[in-house]
Amino acid sequence: MKFGIVINEGPYTHQASDSALQFVKAALHKGHEIFRVFFYHDGVNNGTSLGVPPQDDRNLTLEWSGLAEKHGLDLVVCVAAAQRRGVLDEDEMGRHGKSANNLAPGFRISGLGQLIEAGIQADRLVTFGD
Amino acid sequence: MENGEGVVKKFCYINRKAPYGTIYALESLEVVLIAAAFDQDISLVFADDGVYQLTKGQDTDGIGMKNFSKTYTALGDYDIKKVYVEKESLEERGLSAEDLQALKYEDEDDDWAEKDSLFVVGREDLVKIIDEQDVVLSF
Repeated sequence: MKFGIVINEGPYTHQASDSALQFVKAALHKGHEIFRVFFYHDGVNNGTSLGVPPQDDRNLTLEWSGLAEKHGLDLVVCVAAAQRRGVLDEDEMGRHGKSANNLAPGFRISGLGQLIEAGIQADRLVTFGD
Repeated sequence: MENGEGVVKKFCYINRKAPYGTIYALESLEVVLIAAAFDQDISLVFADDGVYQLTKGQDTDGIGMKNFSKTYTALGDYDIKKVYVEKESLEERGLSAEDLQALKYEDEDDDWAEKDSLFVVGREDLVKIIDEQDVVLSF
């Protein structure tokens, strides 16, 4: 089956990203396809490379980046939600005259159309959040 | 659309939260406005505290936040014709249809006659409506 994944909550505050990560790993293990993972609302904070969680805890952003590299996952961070919350790639940094960028490896910034397209293309769109 | 051209799915956006306490209502509306460009079959549902999103006379001056309630009245211009409000959620909050903004669209198949796009439906009917959908996004 082809899955689209939506993550609507930030890391650590909420279990959404953890649950989605476990779901994606399990789905891939079973041979399913992940069409896209779309990060919206505070979920965009999963894409910041500047998080430094305690060493004896999981690092969700690193986990997502690693999974993307291993399986070629398409990790999309919503541009509008990311701008509000200070998650920028190099292009966005330049466009808005900011002094830094922080989008983690394996993530890309794009528009909400990517969410709708995931809904159209995937057999199931699964949301993680409240 | 570069992918999935010609595919029309039934998309349902369920709005369950009050308009200003969290950002979900505003960002859900942003999704719906983008979604309208994809020629899909769109329904909106307002239930639980989400019914407050559609109330008349919202005034956000006291909380310093942008009042985006007028945007709902523009949904008809985006060809969104099916907005379902749960009757029980209204009643549980002492609200009725008269407390909500009028949502209209112009029917191109009927000489652009202005028609209601807001429907107050009971919980049991809403279950059926949601059950018919291909994609459900809940905010």
